[in-house]
Amino acid sequence: MTVAEDFVIEMLHITKVFPGIKANDDITLQLKRGEIHALLGENGAGKSTLMSVLFGLYQAEQGTIKKDGKEVQIKDPNDANRLGIGMVHQHFKLVECFSVLDNIILGVEDTKHGFLQKDEARKKVMALSEKYGLRVEPDALVSDISVGMQQRVEILKMLYRDNEILIFDEPTAVLTPQEIKELMEIMRGFKAEGKSILFITHKLSEIMAVADRCSVLRKGKYIGTVDIADTTREELSRMMVGRDVEFEIDKKSKNVGDVILSVKDMVVASKAHNNNAVKGVSFDVHAGEIVCIAGIEGNGQTELVYGLTGLEPLKSGTIELCGRDITHATIRERSKAGMSHIPEDRHKHGLVLDYTLEQNLVLQRYWEPRFQNHGIIKSAEVRTYAEGLIEKFDVRSGQGPVTTARSMSGGNQQKAIIAREIDKDPQLLIAVQPTRGLDVGAIEYIHNQLIEERDKGRAVLLISLELDEVRSLSDRILVIYEGEIVGDFDSVAMEELGLYMAGAKRKDRKEAAS
Amino acid sequence: MNKKPLAENQMLLTILASVISIAAGLIFGSVLLMILNPAKAGIGISAMLTTGFSSMDQFGKVLYQSAPLMLCGLSVGFAFKTGMFNIGATGQYTIGAFLALVGAIAFQLPWWACLLLSLIGGAVWGIFPGLFKALFNVNEVITSIMFNWIGMFLVNLLLANMPIMLASAWGASNSDRTANLAQANPGAVIPKGGLDALFGNSSWINISVFIAIIFAVICWFILEKTTFGYELKACGYNKESARYAGINANRNIVSSMIIAGALSGLGGGLYYLAGTIQYVLEKKTLAMGFNGIPVALLANSNPIGTIFSSLFISYIQVGGSAMQPNFSSESTDIIIAVIIYLAAFALLMKGVIQRFLESKIARKSDPGAGETKNDTSGDATNAASGAAAEDAAADEADDPEDVAAGPESGAAEDAGEVEK
Repeated sequence: MTVAEDFVIEMLHITKVFPGIKANDDITLQLKRGEIHALLGENGAGKSTLMSVLFGLYQAEQGTIKKDGKEVQIKDPNDANRLGIGMVHQHFKLVECFSVLDNIILGVEDTKHGFLQKDEARKKVMALSEKYGLRVEPDALVSDISVGMQQRVEILKMLYRDNEILIFDEPTAVLTPQEIKELMEIMRGFKAEGKSILFITHKLSEIMAVADRCSVLRKGKYIGTVDIADTTREELSRMMVGRDVEFEIDKKSKNVGDVILSVKDMVVASKAHNNNAVKGVSFDVHAGEIVCIAGIEGNGQTELVYGLTGLEPLKSGTIELCGRDITHATIRERSKAGMSHIPEDRHKHGLVLDYTLEQNLVLQRYWEPRFQNHGIIKSAEVRTYAEGLIEKFDVRSGQGPVTTARSMSGGNQQKAIIAREIDKDPQLLIAVQPTRGLDVGAIEYIHNQLIEERDKGRAVLLISLELDEVRSLSDRILVIYEGEIVGDFDSVAMEELGLYMAGAKRKDRKEAAS
Repeated sequence: MNKKPLAENQMLLTILASVISIAAGLIFGSVLLMILNPAKAGIGISAMLTTGFSSMDQFGKVLYQSAPLMLCGLSVGFAFKTGMFNIGATGQYTIGAFLALVGAIAFQLPWWACLLLSLIGGAVWGIFPGLFKALFNVNEVITSIMFNWIGMFLVNLLLANMPIMLASAWGASNSDRTANLAQANPGAVIPKGGLDALFGNSSWINISVFIAIIFAVICWFILEKTTFGYELKACGYNKESARYAGINANRNIVSSMIIAGALSGLGGGLYYLAGTIQYVLEKKTLAMGFNGIPVALLANSNPIGTIFSSLFISYIQVGGSAMQPNFSSESTDIIIAVIIYLAAFALLMKGVIQRFLESKIARKSDPGAGETKNDTSGDATNAASGAAAEDAAADEADDPEDVAAGPESGAAEDAGEVEK
């Protein structure tokens, strides 16, 4: 190492061991002053562990952390903060019922005789907001502002604390294309200011767009660091996955069959607010096509799916599956009628986390004569079946069929759910954000599975927030905005789609149908 | 090489943790005894620890008392597995006992028919909290506590108005308790099955403990081997995903409470049909049902574990009652409580042991760490890196030392507190 290199943070030979696994195995990460440094890796590659070590949430067994060339001990997040390290977590840490300003100053409030002094703070926040183009309304409640603005609040929190090393943990997952562009600009602004940024992501296009260098981790090991200027998407993905990855999905032209799912004027109440989350939605899904419902999170997708799958009752409207009215059918009846559901939240719905993998794999069909005899579970049959699925869908886990679902990685949990739902041989597959939080390898796999189902003549309804996913998979795109379908396209430009998703444009139904 | 490291052997860890916790409880209990009555502490401790095994008669008492405890523990544990807290075991137990006694005294039924009645009585008392929970989402803790009191006073009321049930109707003078079964209906006394000869003519022993064990095995079978148990546990672990899988959670809530109630009710039947105890009209709920809670907790709601935890608690209780003359019943209750309380820390203790072992393994598997030598680390290292980390490809672009100096910026400034 030469003296000329100016590293603001160095994590040298970090090793962190969890029971049964080395989450970080001799990892070195050097962050230069004033650079945007991407940290790339699949799920379970050890990115979060490494950042948690840097942020003081975990202590490494081995290795040192240096700040400005001097070794430092980071025992808890307070230490990290004192060293100027700030982090925007993937799931924001904001108090919903506090105002933006209150959230920003929380923990570092100025007080005088025990009373809050907010004027100074307000000035500083507004100055920062101005300087970096981070538009916020200081007096709005966090619960009332958009996800994009919430993220700006998180960023302002770091700036308010004068952090100069900013960690962004998958910041773009919840943003619209326009918001992502804005965020990229903001990050470039920080860089120009001399702040150093660590940018954790799965998305190669973002790395190519904004990062200077990129470090890649795979299975807890350090693979290498490259200059973005000298590399390509393909090379990065090869480093991350360890093999070549297909970006463009090879899709046969669609071969559309009969109507499988027909939804008419569906209205579903919102649980959180006293209104309807889904307001009179109608659409059809045919055999052999992937229909994608695109939209920004919280525009009624969740309730739409709950209504379709029977988790929530409809207020009005009808649903037909293969010509049969299932509007009032129970969840089990819908499942028997040929509906499979890959749920949005794999922990809340998709899995019984304390059950073993094999128990989870029969969750939708344990009652079939194949798996039980007079109510007694045929354990041997369940085991055989589970082993078959594990093999076929390449579900990886510590102890095979008897692994507790909780202990599996997110990608493999999702694979298990997909295995279970696809193996049911459904007429209609409803997949809600099936690749959320997964890495490139797993995403590729899941996309291929969905395409395969479509080519087998199944109807696939995909609900996704990821534009790339929408673009590469869908045969038809429906855009949902505030509980209504505002667009219906066979193909559409990304920018255009973004405008529909943000509610800036809409087609009325007749136009959409024509 | 194939030896499973201790840190990963869950079974052994659990047992070890339980033993350590129980030992800690006993030590703490002894300290309490020394504070309460230093002169008699030695006698007290030995009474507590040895009475249960001191004679076959006392051992018979341990077994006899463990049966209702076991059933109450099974009841609470079974409901726990379904995500319900059945604090109403005592009410179900009281109703079960009452119906068993009515069958025995008023209707002169044989013992097995009386037990069946107790089963039904408990089940009926379990339905109500289950139904309220399923239909109106009323917290089962509140309903079952209310049903404890309703059950107790209802039984008192009914007994007071059924003169044939009371001891006074069968030749005894007192009317505050039910008749002695030996006089009222010897056929309703649970048979001793020849065990009395084995247990030195113990007045306590009968086949009830075996009945209880059979029910423990049945519970285990239902929970582990049947689709019904699969559904029940799915509801208990994650009600939402059970719903997602098309399981009718409400029906399972009611079923589980019926079964839990039946178990408690049977416990009441077993206790009072032994013929050694008469039901006394009292103004407080019976402790047996509540004691089912620590029994279940100690066993982590596992039906087979419940067999052992109820035997343990029964043993301590028998020991505690033998301390009576030297220590007041209140102080023995406190000591029993302390022991049970600390024993329930088994789960916590397990975590502590696991962390301790893991930190040892982690230190061992660091070849460069220096402080520890590596000769024994083969096993541990292997286990630690085991499932995931063996990666064939640490291949390509391995070296990152390729950098030029970045732009200079100011030194670190102190930031404020951490975000919470």
